[in-house]
Amino acid sequence: MKYLYYPGCSLKGTNRAYEESVLASFRALDIEIEELEDWNCCGATAYMAVDEMKSFALAARNLALAERQAPDHPTLMAPCSGCYLVLSKTQHYLEEYSEVSRTIDGALQAARLSYARQVHVRHPLDILIHEIGVQQISSKVRQPLRGLKVACYYGCQIVRPYAAFDDQVNPKTMDHLMRTLGAETVDWPLKTRCCGGSLMGTLPEVGVPLSYILLKEALKRGADVVATACPLCQFNLECYQDKMSRQFKERLEIPVVYFTQLLGLALGVPERQLGMHRLLVPFTLPAARGGARVHA
Amino acid sequence: MKEWQSWPRFRYEAELDLRFPEEVASMPGGRALFACIQCGTCSGTCPLAMYMDYSPRKIIAMTRAGFKDEVLHSFTIWLCASCYACAVECPRKIKITDFMAELKQRAIQEGVDPKRFPVSVLAREFFKAVRKRGRSTESRLVLRLYAKTNPLKILDQALLGLKLLRTGRFSLHAESVKNRQQIDQILRAVDAAKATAFVDKLARDVRREVAHT
Repeated sequence: MKYLYYPGCSLKGTNRAYEESVLASFRALDIEIEELEDWNCCGATAYMAVDEMKSFALAARNLALAERQAPDHPTLMAPCSGCYLVLSKTQHYLEEYSEVSRTIDGALQAARLSYARQVHVRHPLDILIHEIGVQQISSKVRQPLRGLKVACYYGCQIVRPYAAFDDQVNPKTMDHLMRTLGAETVDWPLKTRCCGGSLMGTLPEVGVPLSYILLKEALKRGADVVATACPLCQFNLECYQDKMSRQFKERLEIPVVYFTQLLGLALGVPERQLGMHRLLVPFTLPAARGGARVHA
Repeated sequence: MKEWQSWPRFRYEAELDLRFPEEVASMPGGRALFACIQCGTCSGTCPLAMYMDYSPRKIIAMTRAGFKDEVLHSFTIWLCASCYACAVECPRKIKITDFMAELKQRAIQEGVDPKRFPVSVLAREFFKAVRKRGRSTESRLVLRLYAKTNPLKILDQALLGLKLLRTGRFSLHAESVKNRQQIDQILRAVDAAKATAFVDKLARDVRREVAHT
């Protein structure tokens, strides 16, 4: 089965390592994926603040394009939590509210598009755990992540407000995946607590403490690394560590990677293909510790 | 700019705008607003409540009571990071996050969103970029945000910018969809549908008024 892939703006920009690691690790698992042609921005959270109906219309164009590109089984994989939520939310609103449905169908028609509600929007975690399965994945592990303690951070929008494939309060799919790869997962209750989202860029005095709390808790629980499933979470947690250190007057440093980067490493994918060289806080696998770093 | 914590002031019933709750409740699923029992779970769950001028619970109560000015001028609505923690905990299933987004939209429409306040500036700039190109380019968006709010921030963030540049994460190349015309057609059609709906509603209101008199 082939999956359509919706990158979204962030995975083509600051967070391209997420795209690189999704593509490379899926290739290593022999999962076929194909980028959605001429996709547009999902609208993200910011668009909803200006015009909600237009944000649904933008998301619906992507759904319509997905149906056109893969008429048989249109499954659209969205790794970015923001995109994943907006695309899912649009589907919920199209189903629940007839006025939204009418307006959006009309808008698509004006651009000679149509959407027959056939697309299944899925997060890569969902596909890996519930479609490919941990058995299949574990059979392909080349370099088990033994001795690595991972804090799995799911962020907000994968499980809220819709928890389509995991537990809303205590999600487990990423923990399950990490243990399959041979890593240990630390038990921490902040799995889905807000990292600050776009407030980090707009009001850092508010955003920095939110992300700091998450990292501090992960460190207190003995984590070597935080694994994320969202480009904005990764950016906030990694790129503002200098600011956190300054504000809270202590040296704070912990690598923050995409869960797909750890997956790729375990599958034996070369680090460069996983975008490991793009990390600002370098990450070292326990096996390689004391020796060379994972990336140059 | 208004202070984050404003002094309490008297408000007379006659000054309240009783159409406001009805207008807000016209959003999809908005009637649930009237089911709020003021339990405060939303405020207790909100990771940003401590920075807000009115807690989410108060915003709901004030909306229902018609405190239109206070609600639309509040920082609360712009501090909501859309984490949906309140929405999933609400015992009355009120879509509080979407309700905050609705209030942001109304504040922008009425032109009362705080000026040079980074959150609303970002929303507007993001909207403009996507309206034009169908995609957003983070680096350009952030530079525009700083230029319009506090250009000194560019210096503050220069080191981070350099690190991102060195790791190939910073590019000013403007992303765009190929079929820009299609984006334009879709968004124009939404505007047209909204205008029609507005006129229809006006006509309905007038008919109702006439029937009453």
